[in-house]
Amino acid sequence: MTALSADGKTAVLERGREATPEELARRADWIRLQTVQLIDRAGLGHYSSTFSCAELFSVLYYRALRLNPNDPGWGDRDRFLLGKGHVATGLWPVLADLGYFPASYMESFGQIGSPLSDHPNMRTAPGIDFSSGSLGHNLSVGVGIALAGRLHGRDYRTFVLTGDGELQEGQVWEAIMSASHYGLGNLVAIVDANGFSGGGPTSKAMNIEPLASRFEAFGWTAQEVDGHDVEALSRTFDALPDPGSDRPVCIVARTMKGKGSKMMEESPQAWHLGLLAPVQRDQVVREIEARLP
Amino acid sequence: MTDATPQMENVFVEEDEQAGPGPRGPNIVGDELARLVSERDDVVVLSADMGAVVAKLRELRPERYVELGIAETNTVSVAAGLAASGFVPFVLSMGPFGAIKCAEQIRTDLAYNELPVRFVARLSGLAMGFFGPSHHAVEDIAIARSITNLTVVAPSSDNAFVALVRSTIDHPGPIYFRISEGLDRELYPEPPRFERGRFVPVRAGTDATVIGTGVGVPLGLAAAELLEPEGLSVGVLDAAYLKPFDDEAVLRAAAETGAILTVEEHSVTGGLGATVAEVLGRNAVAASLRIHGLPDEELAVGVPAALQEWYGLTPAAIAAELRQLVAERRAALGVASGGA
Repeated sequence: MTALSADGKTAVLERGREATPEELARRADWIRLQTVQLIDRAGLGHYSSTFSCAELFSVLYYRALRLNPNDPGWGDRDRFLLGKGHVATGLWPVLADLGYFPASYMESFGQIGSPLSDHPNMRTAPGIDFSSGSLGHNLSVGVGIALAGRLHGRDYRTFVLTGDGELQEGQVWEAIMSASHYGLGNLVAIVDANGFSGGGPTSKAMNIEPLASRFEAFGWTAQEVDGHDVEALSRTFDALPDPGSDRPVCIVARTMKGKGSKMMEESPQAWHLGLLAPVQRDQVVREIEARLP
Repeated sequence: MTDATPQMENVFVEEDEQAGPGPRGPNIVGDELARLVSERDDVVVLSADMGAVVAKLRELRPERYVELGIAETNTVSVAAGLAASGFVPFVLSMGPFGAIKCAEQIRTDLAYNELPVRFVARLSGLAMGFFGPSHHAVEDIAIARSITNLTVVAPSSDNAFVALVRSTIDHPGPIYFRISEGLDRELYPEPPRFERGRFVPVRAGTDATVIGTGVGVPLGLAAAELLEPEGLSVGVLDAAYLKPFDDEAVLRAAAETGAILTVEEHSVTGGLGATVAEVLGRNAVAASLRIHGLPDEELAVGVPAALQEWYGLTPAAIAAELRQLVAERRAALGVASGGA
């Protein structure tokens, strides 16, 4: 579903766009394939953390977010902040596909001077609402953007995708506290709860559970969803409360680190950061392509 | 210090409503921010439990005041989000919990993204030194000036603060304001013109040059005045801009007087004096340089005025150091010491 922006000049991709579950699921696998290609080009990258949120990227960008790729700074767009910035390789192909920048940008990925980096940079990549890289900052930034929406009287939503390990950062809880204090129903935190951080199982390093009830205790509405079920994700995003409401929303997306590649699902830790050897890469690509029509 | 009454600000009360024997005075930060939000729709003020200073603004435009509680790092990142959405946020912070606590948020969220946030660190230096070592704020210039894209300024008087706020309001990047206490003497009859990256000459002199920043400027000026009857002619420069830095003014002072004394309520490591030394060294300019600041050691705890006395941040101590500096300079040049 598209409409024209208020000035009639650019096409707006509205919230709740029609997309079949098959299309969204295929899109997630396409994101995985593109990620493998990008990392191959750069020589290093975060596979399994990107694979865990591929369905989230797919449903957000091809259904849930109100976007205007021809005018990335359009004031009424929904904002999307990639708190777990190390998975930007999953976002670049999506932004290129939607027309934020030419696909040729991706050819320079990994090189000095490329507008696309391992963690997103708002100053070089169109479509990035805020830079990230240091875990724990972006939910606070999202609070600021949501507050700005209120001050400007705009009805955009601000989505922040965090990792589960990221929630070990104390600043995140300062942000969570301030979001409910200011009644920011226009703020949505999505936790890609894949259960692993760089060093091992998240809650073995430092327990962060029970996530939903912790958010609720801080004054948020929280709900759990299967982060790989594109229909459940679509329903969840479609049913978000009005941005003018007064409770921020946390979506705990239960995911599997490395989802979509058997080898990575079995050893998610090994593929947190690395480079697939050519034989492994071909095997992963074949496995994913086998699911595509 | 001979006066037994501690002269300290209660930071949780408006400056002009201090109870008890503490200092009272115009609330220049609060007044200026209140004026700004009345004049501009894009200014918001964020506070980490520092709201007392902006009581007027809160009454005037309550929606432009965002209190975030005792959570400094969150406050900086929230400001970044507001700035990315078209606002010019002013973040109020206590010096000791400012640059040193939020260095990463300032660098990563504000400076790296070149966002127009104004970080106002009040009570810098020794202003909170009564409360313990946790409350000394003597490393912030070193931290702030090492951050790319961050402008660093330190007003030397109320009018200087107003002038720096107004002249930088449209600057697209972040600015760190280092606010000293004890800026009781107005050096500028009217808000002066500050050119980006330029020192302001406060007093001319031929025997030595004091380069001061913040409270170092009125202190240096008072020292220069003490020396005048002795026949010593000491110039004073206001290093209101610590970044970008006025290399040319330093080199000019080296050429004109050859004797430079820097004065700052900051560690001698990485601050104003160290920056002047870098400029002289980089340009292979030989000049006599003394760095008057706080030693790189555990600092004493006490009432600010007593601490300033203890560490020689007084006109008399600065004048004494200037006498020595000029004498050394003259000895090096083979000139008889004494009055001009």
